[in-house]
Amino acid sequence: MKPRRQRMLAVGLTVAGIALATALTLQAFKENMMFFVEISEIEKGNYPEDRNFRVGGLVVEGSVRREIGELELSFDLTDYENQLTVNYSGVLPDLFREGQGIIAHGRLGDNGIFMADEVLAKHDENYMPPEVAESLAGHAAAQEAVLNSEQQGQ
Amino acid sequence: MWTFFHKLASPPHFYDLAAKFIPWFGVIGAACVAYGAIAGLFYAPADYQQGDAFRIIYVHVPSAYLSMMAYMIMAVSAAIGLIWRIKLSHAVAAAAAPLGAWFTFLALMTGSIWGRPMWGTWWEWGDPRLTSELLMLFLYFGYMALRAAIDDTTKADKASAVLALVGAVNIPIIHFSVEWWSSLHQGATLVREGGPAIETGMLYPLLAMIFGFTFIFGALLLGRVRTEVLFRERRANWVRKLVLPEGDHA
Repeated sequence: MKPRRQRMLAVGLTVAGIALATALTLQAFKENMMFFVEISEIEKGNYPEDRNFRVGGLVVEGSVRREIGELELSFDLTDYENQLTVNYSGVLPDLFREGQGIIAHGRLGDNGIFMADEVLAKHDENYMPPEVAESLAGHAAAQEAVLNSEQQGQ
Repeated sequence: MWTFFHKLASPPHFYDLAAKFIPWFGVIGAACVAYGAIAGLFYAPADYQQGDAFRIIYVHVPSAYLSMMAYMIMAVSAAIGLIWRIKLSHAVAAAAAPLGAWFTFLALMTGSIWGRPMWGTWWEWGDPRLTSELLMLFLYFGYMALRAAIDDTTKADKASAVLALVGAVNIPIIHFSVEWWSSLHQGATLVREGGPAIETGMLYPLLAMIFGFTFIFGALLLGRVRTEVLFRERRANWVRKLVLPEGDHA
């Protein structure tokens, strides 16, 4: 084997070996690499009971309850399968609104209510002007109306 | 074709060739960035969710992209240098590192400034995208420190090349972190199935910024490689001729 070939092989094998080792390590720590737990996982009991963790989901429309003049609020989170009630007291990020994806940090109480000490907002990878977003929402609503009327017609 | 590569790898030839490219790269880069900045800041529409705050994307995304691009250039040059023993390619790797570190720093800083109003936090430990990008900054630091610690250039080239190759495993991790694990950072907007998820009025300035940043990076890199070559070849005849005044070639 020519020395150059040998070096090529050595470099290739080193990179492949490190990639494999890293892939296996990451696979082993997959659970710990997750930034937040999904609500359905909590329902199954797959969450750390003895420490704080993060839970992610969408704020259910119409579920935000807050007393006037108080910082405390509560809202429901959903992943379209299960729901979780969250209590929180503090400042909310600008993007917090009903229907928005958010991540809450805290612990799950015995009563099944998540006591959050921090609420972060997620945003999606879509960027568009408000008019486009409105017209998209309009189209979706129109489509739904058509579907509903067709169903009623049957 | 091989003669072209052999010529390219010859330091004096590269030194002259790079000098011809630098002004062009600089002019094209400046023009793209000027268009991108004006169109992005003044003419692109505000975002439906984030309003005007989304405009930091025009610095954040090009920086983040170049932080990874610079690492790829560094790692590939290091591999070529190891396998084919081409000194010029070690010089390219050495020159790329500080530039990559700066773009990584820029990406982290603009991301942090963006995260505060939108997500509600400057920094979140445990987020895979944020943490893997920070890890890359430390890989750059480690690479530069290792180089600086070894006096013998040939030895420094080899040792740092191995480090650059080992760290390259982090590049796919950064890119796919938002797909493999749950994350605060959203998924990819530009490189995704079904095309970019960004309105064209916002997209074109962003592409212009990415091109502009890349050309400016190219100009900076070529300039840095030239000085690196000059220093490495300081005992060679062609450098003496270049540096010493006429008739003083003793």
